[in-house]
Amino acid sequence: MDYEKFAMQIVEKARRAGADEADVYLSHGRESEVSIRMGEIEILKSAGSRGLGLRVFAGNRLGFAYTTDFTDAAIDEFVRRTLALSAETSVDEFNGLPQLDKGFSAPNLDLFDPKLAGIGTDWKIETAKKMEKAAMAYDKRITNSNGAGVYDGDGTTVLANSNGIVASYSSTYCYLVCQPVADDVEGKKQTNYWYTFKHFYDELEDPEEIAIIAAQRCVRQLGATKEKTRKCPVIFDPVVAAELIGAIAGAVDGDAVFKRSTYLVDKLGEKIAGDNITIVDDPVRVRGLSSQPFDDEGVPTYKKAIVDKGVLKTYLYDTYTANKVGTKTTGNGQRGFTSTPNIGTYNLYLEAGKHSREEIIKSVSDGFYVTQMMGFGLNMANGDYSRGASGLWIKDGELAYPVEEMTVASNMIDILKGIEMVGSDLDFRDGTNSPTIKITEMTVSGT
Amino acid sequence: MSDSLFSRSVSRRKFLKSTAAAGAGLLAAPTILDVLLADRAYAALPAGLLDEQTMEKLLAIAMSRGGDYAEVFVEYNITNGVSLEENKIRQAEYGIDQGVGIRVLKGEQTGYAYSDELNFDKLKQAAEVASYIAGTAAAGTLPTYDVSPKKSPSMLKIQLDPNEVAVKEKIALLHRANDTARAADSRVTQVNTSFYDSHRMIQVATTDGILSDDRQSMVRLNVTAIVEEEGDRQTGYAGGGGRVGFEHFKDLTPEHCANEAVRLATTLLGAAEAPAGPQMVVLGNGWAGILLHEAIGHGLEADFNRKGTSLYSGRIGEKVASKNCTVIDEGNIVGRRGSIGCDDEGHDSQKNVLIENGILRRYMNDKLNSTLMGLESTGSGRRQSFRHYPMPRMTNTYMLAGEHDPQEIIASVEKGFYAKSFGGGQVDISNGNFVFQVTEGYLIENGKITRPVKGANLIGVGPKVLEKVDMVGTDLELDAGLGTCGKNGQSVPVGVGLPTCRISEVTVGGTDVQGSGGMG
Repeated sequence: MDYEKFAMQIVEKARRAGADEADVYLSHGRESEVSIRMGEIEILKSAGSRGLGLRVFAGNRLGFAYTTDFTDAAIDEFVRRTLALSAETSVDEFNGLPQLDKGFSAPNLDLFDPKLAGIGTDWKIETAKKMEKAAMAYDKRITNSNGAGVYDGDGTTVLANSNGIVASYSSTYCYLVCQPVADDVEGKKQTNYWYTFKHFYDELEDPEEIAIIAAQRCVRQLGATKEKTRKCPVIFDPVVAAELIGAIAGAVDGDAVFKRSTYLVDKLGEKIAGDNITIVDDPVRVRGLSSQPFDDEGVPTYKKAIVDKGVLKTYLYDTYTANKVGTKTTGNGQRGFTSTPNIGTYNLYLEAGKHSREEIIKSVSDGFYVTQMMGFGLNMANGDYSRGASGLWIKDGELAYPVEEMTVASNMIDILKGIEMVGSDLDFRDGTNSPTIKITEMTVSGT
Repeated sequence: MSDSLFSRSVSRRKFLKSTAAAGAGLLAAPTILDVLLADRAYAALPAGLLDEQTMEKLLAIAMSRGGDYAEVFVEYNITNGVSLEENKIRQAEYGIDQGVGIRVLKGEQTGYAYSDELNFDKLKQAAEVASYIAGTAAAGTLPTYDVSPKKSPSMLKIQLDPNEVAVKEKIALLHRANDTARAADSRVTQVNTSFYDSHRMIQVATTDGILSDDRQSMVRLNVTAIVEEEGDRQTGYAGGGGRVGFEHFKDLTPEHCANEAVRLATTLLGAAEAPAGPQMVVLGNGWAGILLHEAIGHGLEADFNRKGTSLYSGRIGEKVASKNCTVIDEGNIVGRRGSIGCDDEGHDSQKNVLIENGILRRYMNDKLNSTLMGLESTGSGRRQSFRHYPMPRMTNTYMLAGEHDPQEIIASVEKGFYAKSFGGGQVDISNGNFVFQVTEGYLIENGKITRPVKGANLIGVGPKVLEKVDMVGTDLELDAGLGTCGKNGQSVPVGVGLPTCRISEVTVGGTDVQGSGGMG
């Protein structure tokens, strides 16, 4: 099926049905899962799927609908109903498609590995088995497994609108994960995981090294206890630090800023963190895991510093929110086919600092090295932050013993200002990434 | 690996994915529903649903390489939604998601494939892909299967079908909520309201001979208010719904939800820092049942226990909670958000006593795990959509009422923490660590609720915390219909319930170290 042509036809149908403007966001792709557990195949899954969302503007009113039924008869009815829905909404002068330069040619960000589709199921089964075996061999206390898996697939995004824009891009992905389980005291277990996630098969990290890291992360929590409640320095390892950086992205969402529902409202141009903090959103990173040549409204994307040497430089916008504020979209409109655009980030990261991980740990005489967090404890409106945490306790500059059933709490404004050391260990292993960071002081709750 | 329950989403995209809500006033949709409900002859149904013979053929193809069991899962989901922002009806939407998932089991192994294209060639291809789990050699002749329709009890409590209610009427609810919230307090700066209804129709045919169908409709009204005073900003959320009709909102009025959202937000303005450290905690009734969901519910799902990865593995018959705790998962309560007529494997939903007076009685089980464990399915096999294979999940999880008056429970606490409303929670199955977010909390001083505090989390280990439940109130209540549970990347709607409970000690994750009473 020629999906670009199909998307354009739907836009045209919407125009004929009375839309002033319309766009279609269509995605299609395939996914495969090979999971093994305790040396045996557990799951083989494989399928392709597709769906599209239609957005119409008629008399400055918005209507939206999505469907996975691409049959001709269904599409005609679908378009008619989407228009009917637009008549129910309010007139809003800020509605509308982005003004795009038709001369834009999307850069090739090298996101598609033609080799991946040819990787056979046998290789996936063997690789998953190899990972689990390596993890279980690492330590005799690892007696069980939540399995190991190889997930891969591809996806194509097609965008067409009534201003004559039609564009698409494709990407592939491959994800290897290993999840060993170790026996702890009193029937308790400890589990953890590690993974490698890439667009390209050849870039995948060594499966056995992945397994060993998973095993190490698992057994180092054995015998975890609780520490005393206190205020102390807290180090976030790169995994949990990335979650924190992601929370900052949510706070610069232009829609939340406009609604004054974020703790970073009224802070543009202000110093919100130390000189050591530069947070970048880079959609055009070659082979970047969250790279996109244009956003989900067709707007060309570009690299930008959200925080530059501690100064908040920009909020993020899609077309509608930018229109409301009287600014230009930053190309951060994102959606799946089931929704209209929301504001989101791409390859978001905290720039690497100069300190080694060891140096950062050494600087703490009594503090918490957090490796896992749980729960939803961030109040976006005022920045209050409190989450479940586990990891290792630091004594005299050394990782001394594991702790769990703890919380760390503070406020995001204080956390940002309190990041006193940034690690040199930035690794682009996920969509949002951070090096190790040290926060001068947080409240740690335990016994 | 951890699993979570949240009452509302971080982003709208996530919300749409998790509640599968959208679209309104579909002219053709009522026709589809009418046909489905009135006529059990599946052949008469429009695109999105399959006839009996087709499903039997697909079962045969799926079993052609020697599987132990196969199932065809057909889903047609209509979603409708309207939303209001800044006094304007921002959006009206609907959506259709349809497809077929085919699963083959062989021992502990699962083969799974699905298609959102419903022509027979695509479905046949999916059945073949799933069949390969059992081997590569095809049988010479196809086996034959005969499924017979079984009627599952409906969990819908609907007089006015939300799918047929005019969009204008839904919009009127949003305006009422918006107007009420904005008039309620001058500190209100923003109000967002939305109404979603979804109508999930499923058919499940299995090689056990089952052919079940169920319509799982769901509605939800959401009101969020943002207030601001002297640089302090707070958000309040209220809403509710379930497998109920539009008439539900005559009782759960938009005015009530709006006032509640504003009350929550303004209560938090100027609230004190939450205490840090172990405290005696009183949990309010209703949504606080999230405690059960996290502290023990996930740990009692059979997949983790068959694999021996839960800290409740192999402990049936043992004491895992205080004798005050009787915990039930009940999927067949009419009208509740977590209720289902049949599960996504075609098994009728039922009432399961998980813990009786502190003793572990039963795991929640699905087809795969119950077969491997030599147990019965408990009707707990659920999945997010046809794109996903089922796994054991909760439905409505609650604790039976005890004998204490809720006021008596509060009065019994000299110094402690009263947790009344909650956001989301999460648990690590293997070590039992769970956490949940308190969105409305107060200090208890000398038997009285005193100052509101903000920004607290409660953290504990399942069995340890349940052992410390030392007073249980008479006031069991199920939540208003807000919960969405996530496990292994799949979201399903659930309910929770709890009477007021006292827990002798839980760690509160606040910022105020001085304020904590029980520092060790």
